[in-house]
Amino acid sequence: MTWIAILVCAAGCYLLKLAGVSIPSSVLERPLVQRIADLLPVALLAALIAVQVFSRGGGSHPSLTIDARLAGLGAAAGALTLRAPFLVVVIVSAVTASLIRLA
Amino acid sequence: MPGPEGPLDPDERRRIVRDGLAVAVATGAYGISFGAIGVSSGLGVAQTCALSLLVFTGASQFAFVGVIAAGGAPLLGAVSGLLLGVRNTLYGLRLSPLLDWHGFRRTAAAHLVIDESTAMSVTRSSTEAARVGFLTTGIGVFVLWNASTLIGAVAGNAIGDPRDYGLDSAVGGAFLALLWPRLQSPQNRLAAVLAAALALVLVPLTPAGIPVLAAGVVALGLGLSAREATR
Repeated sequence: MTWIAILVCAAGCYLLKLAGVSIPSSVLERPLVQRIADLLPVALLAALIAVQVFSRGGGSHPSLTIDARLAGLGAAAGALTLRAPFLVVVIVSAVTASLIRLA
Repeated sequence: MPGPEGPLDPDERRRIVRDGLAVAVATGAYGISFGAIGVSSGLGVAQTCALSLLVFTGASQFAFVGVIAAGGAPLLGAVSGLLLGVRNTLYGLRLSPLLDWHGFRRTAAAHLVIDESTAMSVTRSSTEAARVGFLTTGIGVFVLWNASTLIGAVAGNAIGDPRDYGLDSAVGGAFLALLWPRLQSPQNRLAAVLAAALALVLVPLTPAGIPVLAAGVVALGLGLSAREATR
């Protein structure tokens, strides 16, 4: 049963991906779709950040928490304000969080 | 939309590859925790690895093992995973004209459509740059995610927690670095704030991954209301 569920999930997730890349590009040329498609990555990235930084226990009982990850995000924002390159931003974020956990 | 076509500047290509690999390393390391969580939730090593190999979209996989760990029916886990996979359809819609692949290449590339590969390619100004970002990040994450899933599943929790190395924070920092240049317009800043706020409200109320999916609704709502305003 578990194997069947894994294969159902795999097939479905692949078909969802394939459907996205197979929709004709003329659909994207409509202004409304264009606007929504531009807003999507912004909204999704912002939501990913919020979940990545503030949620705990990802499985069945997620909850909100404030911990070293918020400091890591703050450090990343600081680095971005100083126009640091991507890799530096990521490293600053990781090092800040791990140092706070050591303290 | 694809900008000027032509050969990609070598410096820019190097930069895109380097950024993509950085994201792949940070994200791939998470596979260790997925492998460990998968095994501890009651799945076998082969089943845990099959999820990373075949489903290959992190939030859906975590949702699947989350339901299993909570004692839910495996098919319920599959449905949760599918629900979270819907956002990859939205990513694909955005990526398709940018990557401009057809036939077999598009069919193969579809498997690599995930958060990270999308984020590292939608911001590019040309098809060539987008393809480099997509492939570097997609293949990099795929290889490291599967290798680290196997390591995590075999070694269980003995490997240690990726949080000790601040890698959970690194992913948030990486996403912020990707979002940063897109916050120029008031419309985009509003979308970011609303999506983040909605996601936070939903975190304690909904299964993992739904909050991110809800961000799609924010984009939809703002896109529609902008049309009303310009009439």
